[in-house]
Amino acid sequence: MLKRFNTVKQWLLSGLMAMLVGPVSAGTAPDQWQMNMYKGVTPVSQDIYWLHMVAIWVCAAIGLVVFGIMIYSLIYHRKSKGYKPASFHDNTRLEIIWSIIPFVILIGLAVPATHILARMEDSSEADITIKIVGHQWKWQYEYLDQGISYFSNLSTPYAQIHNQQEKNAWYLLEVDKPLVLPIHKKIRFLVTSNDVIHSWWVPELGIKRDAIPGFMHETWARIEQAGTYRGQCAELCGVNHAFMPIVVEAVSDKAFKQWVAAQSNPTPEEPKIMTRNALMTLGKQKYEMLCSACHQADGTGIPPLYPALKGSSVAVGHPISRHIDLILDGVPGTAMQAYREQLTNEEIAAIVTYERNAWGNNTDEDIQPNDVAQARKELERPAIRVKQAHAGGLQ
Amino acid sequence: MNHTLAHKSAHDDHHDHGPHQYKGIIGFIKRWVFTTNHKDIGTLYLLLALFSFFLAGAMALLIRVELFQPGHRLVDPNLFNQLTTMHGFLMLFGVVMPAFTGMANWQIPMMIGAPDMALPRLNNWSFWILPFAFGLLLSTMFHDGGGPNFGWTMYAPLSTRYAPPSTDFMIFAIHMLGISSIMGSINIIATILNLRAPGMTMMKMPMFVWTWLVTAFLLLVIMPVLAGTVTMMLTDRHFGTSFFEAAGGGDPVLFQHLFWFFGHPEVYVLILPAFGVISEVIPTFSRKPLFGYHFMVYATICIALLSFIVWVHHMFTTGVPLGAELFFMYTTMLISVPTGVKVFNWVSTMFRGAMTFETPMLFAVAFVFLFTIGGFTGIMLALVPADFQYQDTYFVVGHFHYVLVPGVVFALFSGAYYWLPKWTGHMYNETMGRWHFWLSVISVNITFFPMHFLGLAGMPRRIPDYALQFTNFNVVVTVGAFIFGFSQLLFLGNLIYTIRKGKKVDAQVWEGATTLEWTLSSPPPYHSFTTPPTIL
Repeated sequence: MLKRFNTVKQWLLSGLMAMLVGPVSAGTAPDQWQMNMYKGVTPVSQDIYWLHMVAIWVCAAIGLVVFGIMIYSLIYHRKSKGYKPASFHDNTRLEIIWSIIPFVILIGLAVPATHILARMEDSSEADITIKIVGHQWKWQYEYLDQGISYFSNLSTPYAQIHNQQEKNAWYLLEVDKPLVLPIHKKIRFLVTSNDVIHSWWVPELGIKRDAIPGFMHETWARIEQAGTYRGQCAELCGVNHAFMPIVVEAVSDKAFKQWVAAQSNPTPEEPKIMTRNALMTLGKQKYEMLCSACHQADGTGIPPLYPALKGSSVAVGHPISRHIDLILDGVPGTAMQAYREQLTNEEIAAIVTYERNAWGNNTDEDIQPNDVAQARKELERPAIRVKQAHAGGLQ
Repeated sequence: MNHTLAHKSAHDDHHDHGPHQYKGIIGFIKRWVFTTNHKDIGTLYLLLALFSFFLAGAMALLIRVELFQPGHRLVDPNLFNQLTTMHGFLMLFGVVMPAFTGMANWQIPMMIGAPDMALPRLNNWSFWILPFAFGLLLSTMFHDGGGPNFGWTMYAPLSTRYAPPSTDFMIFAIHMLGISSIMGSINIIATILNLRAPGMTMMKMPMFVWTWLVTAFLLLVIMPVLAGTVTMMLTDRHFGTSFFEAAGGGDPVLFQHLFWFFGHPEVYVLILPAFGVISEVIPTFSRKPLFGYHFMVYATICIALLSFIVWVHHMFTTGVPLGAELFFMYTTMLISVPTGVKVFNWVSTMFRGAMTFETPMLFAVAFVFLFTIGGFTGIMLALVPADFQYQDTYFVVGHFHYVLVPGVVFALFSGAYYWLPKWTGHMYNETMGRWHFWLSVISVNITFFPMHFLGLAGMPRRIPDYALQFTNFNVVVTVGAFIFGFSQLLFLGNLIYTIRKGKKVDAQVWEGATTLEWTLSSPPPYHSFTTPPTIL
């Protein structure tokens, strides 16, 4: 307790120092006492910053006048000073004046805001288009022109969130695969969602766009400076809303082309036999990252919303393919999404093995990547063929 | 309006019946359950509000404990989401609305020279629905799968397809709250329009009565919209409709349009009666009539009308088209004109008055300062480009808590201290009142001001865990929140002190008060004005 108090004291002191010295320049470490908006690295974010500062100063000026008059009368117009009350109570001219002056000030703010907004909403003539899909609780990025698609998951280990390990500098703001973007190019983002509403927000890009299931909205950015920019989901989207960060790597055009080239020939996955130990370790890690938000770290779930896995018919029963299929294809309309595209055979095998052997689910069964590969194949049914089309429906 | 009010049927003719109460616990229960008296019902409303205030406040403190340090601490994310949801629901529907309805019940008949409310039985029912509605709502926390965990804004499809089963209980509770509000509003409108004493024209009514009249009309319009919206949620959940489901031809954003068509005027339902209280307290302690009464009335009506055409400013980031963004930006900015008129009039009322600073006035002065700060951030939020950075961050949390805590809640305290001597016949403890004020006003700023910094630095709202760079200000906020929370026990203590030991007071408790309730004895007779007073 005392120790915590001391750290609080240290923070308060260091904060005081920081305020005196002024904001630390934006380097690698985040400013612990950041008080103002980021200026950002796109024309839009810089316009927003400018508008924000103008609005603050306008408000401060109005506040100075109004609070000044008020404080003056609070000090001088007191009964205890023997001040006799005046009896005036009406002045139409004054009322009209103090309706018109704010109105004029507001017009002064509305004009630049309108101009900036019109620029923000113009995402035409883009060089690159990227589709962003929100999932509970991760982002999927699709480079429509380059044919690249991947998921971006929080990479902060479970142990850090549960205070069993020292936290990283970028705790909760780090991902396994960041979104890589070229600088000095107009990038158009198409934002949508797979389940509930999310919001894709990167302060330094000046972008916040809600990801709405069934609808596609666009926004754009032209990043002027290479660097790493971090953001978070900004719309409450369920249990793990706080755990789906965004990391953007802005790189030179040349580096971007190299990155694209590296993505297009992935190394084929070799089927291999994994040991129980390897399966359990990988399984635990992936389980805590992807499954524990709903099914809980101890497998008890939050029934009836999120079923328990501990002792459940799926996790200890047979056939095992049912267990694998559930992970591959999910349960439509629930938070249980299809992991077919998100996870490799190895990872799914590990998760299934872990779920079948953790928390007293001692089935003593190993599932190998090959089993998952087989299940994948069996589930790939041929598309329904339409034999004949008639007026009034399909037959 | 400096009209002199006199109460002819002076004091010796009261064959005051008093409450009819049989003996024992049954008698006690019967008295309070069957009462149709405006003062009894007002008291019930106020006590319910006080209870909910401490309950919802305790939830806020749990939230703050979790946010004291980064990392998982006390409450897991699902419970955290339930706490934020329930804190919002309770503070709005369980604290502010019942508290102002309680004040309306006590004050409106006394301020317009009426014996009671126009529809006493309806009044009883409006209140007694509430404990059951809140019982239902709170019970959801103990259901399997937990209570509603999608925020008080209930955005679909998180609140429909992905929501816990207890959501249906929440929907039913909202229906009941809506019925209660609608009946209460009808009663208030009927009372104000029909039971004014002879000579009390509309433009002679006290500001508190005016603001409540406008509020009641707002409630009549918006509560059915909310009821309809949650019913659509219900049918989406269980009867195969797809109002908010894109896959079935619906639109999740439709929910937000409907919700905020209710939700924005709801904000003014909370703040307008607060304006009314402040407009009573400031003239009394400035010993000077309210400046610009007519314009205050027009501004109130103006704010109410504008509140119906600004709702999209809660949804600028959802991808509404440019034209709509511009329209709603302009209308939102326009609201600050009548609101500014209000602030300027309060300042002018204080200007060259002979002020004293008893507890009600202290809270009222703090209201004007701090509500105005909430107004400034409101203007900033109205600017759409900037709103893209503010939306759904702690900046917004800071903004609306400034308007609601040192705004609405301070107005409630101001009104409570102002009228408590009238209601109980006893004076509250001034020293304790001042301690309550100073602790509250300091801690409220420690709590809510750093939230603006957190939001600007990039901290989203409604998260149970955060990046390390947000730690410092979160520590400050939590410390402030605890001081604020525990300071409120002083109010409870003062209340008990007032009822038990407070000094007896005369009819005219405050030197500068001019409205009709001060012509009645303290405490006032059970049936306020049995013969109408004469208004000169």
